[in-house]
Amino acid sequence: MTEINTKAAARPRTITMTVNGRRYTGRAEPRMLLSDFLRHELNLTGTHVGCEHGVCGCCTVLYNGVPIRSCLMLAVQARNARIVTVEGLANEDGSLHPIQQAFYDNHGLQCGFCTPGFLMATYALLKEHPNLHLTEEEIRVGIAGNLCRCTGYQGIVEAVRQAAKAMKK
Amino acid sequence: MKPAAFAYFDPTTADEAVETLGELGDTGKVLAGGQSLVPMMNMRLAKPEALVDINKVKELAYIHEEDNSFVIGALTRQRAVERSRAVKRRSPLLAEAILSVGHLPIRSRGTVGGSLAHADPAAELPAVLLALDGWVEATSKRGTRRVAAADLLLGPLLTSLEPDELLTRACFPLLPAGSGTAFLEMTRRHGDFALVGVAATVTLDAQGICTRASVAILGAGETQVRAPQAEACLVSNRLDDSVIEDAGQAAMAGLDPIGDLHGSQEYRKQVAGALTQRALKIAWQRALPRSER
Repeated sequence: MTEINTKAAARPRTITMTVNGRRYTGRAEPRMLLSDFLRHELNLTGTHVGCEHGVCGCCTVLYNGVPIRSCLMLAVQARNARIVTVEGLANEDGSLHPIQQAFYDNHGLQCGFCTPGFLMATYALLKEHPNLHLTEEEIRVGIAGNLCRCTGYQGIVEAVRQAAKAMKK
Repeated sequence: MKPAAFAYFDPTTADEAVETLGELGDTGKVLAGGQSLVPMMNMRLAKPEALVDINKVKELAYIHEEDNSFVIGALTRQRAVERSRAVKRRSPLLAEAILSVGHLPIRSRGTVGGSLAHADPAAELPAVLLALDGWVEATSKRGTRRVAAADLLLGPLLTSLEPDELLTRACFPLLPAGSGTAFLEMTRRHGDFALVGVAATVTLDAQGICTRASVAILGAGETQVRAPQAEACLVSNRLDDSVIEDAGQAAMAGLDPIGDLHGSQEYRKQVAGALTQRALKIAWQRALPRSER
């Protein structure tokens, strides 16, 4: 039986992942969270870190197409994964994604701290409903994992509705 | 709010995971979806010396229907159970309860095995397993054993699994024809931890007599608990509103919840009694033939 090497298993390692279609490489100890890896190693600071225990939803990103909390995933777990962050939404020329435009148009944000999480949750929600026909209940359940302390949610729900309409065209 | 350092292992097979856990002795901890363990590590409430990440053990992600049961691999995401048409059709209690587990991004990562092994007293899946008389299977280098739901849950975040054991699958038995089920819980905010919740099942024979009933309550004790006094009110009886009311009262009387900031002991008892009554009423209606509802 081989002796288990816990020392080696705690060392930092090189991690490569695809973020917003681009390949990135960085170093991380096993304990580094994906949210911190994105922000501090890859300098992608659009992903916000709020509560850091999975409650607020600010750090929501797409992991292989699925919405997740990046503060509850280790960077080592995202090795070779496809990640989409809020930086991946707008077009190359800087023009806004229909979801971003809808939040802008409908007062879907005030201070903006929770916004990256809401945008990614909305992105995932609309991707899951290819016909883009959502009831208010479905919208509210879809964004229920994200907290906003400013808006009172009315503007956000309206924004999701507008985004769905805009993306249908 | 950052995890303490740990050694990280990411085996790709269940055998390898069990081997690694065995070598780590009592210093290893299994990481599944991470939706409960990682928050605890972020807050340093948990500081495992070594993590055995089973997310690459794809052989542990499946939903099989066999021997009148759903056998679900430990790594199966809660979201996969939620999306399973077979589960929705054949195990409505599981399908109904899974929707109350966290939010969509949580269920996307959270696993069936993780929820059972974590054993939060307010978690939904242990209550469902308990109500259906299910079991889990645990494997270590010493062998494989089955643990009944009632023997699994020992206390808050405490199970009878040994540190070197890997929970590999869970079995949720199907109920016979003539059964109805319901899952209800009360939360302050959508998707939040439940204050109290109830998983109820009722089985009626052709004459409408109740032959089997189960009530499992979450959030009202050290673990999810069955309410045998309530079940005794129902079995061998023809159900009606007053029998069900008695069962609700009996469930309440048998509980000894812990009061905290979110709800006093008395309040939790009241809610448990009321939810039991409501859940049983729904389960009973669902157990009746369509013509009699």
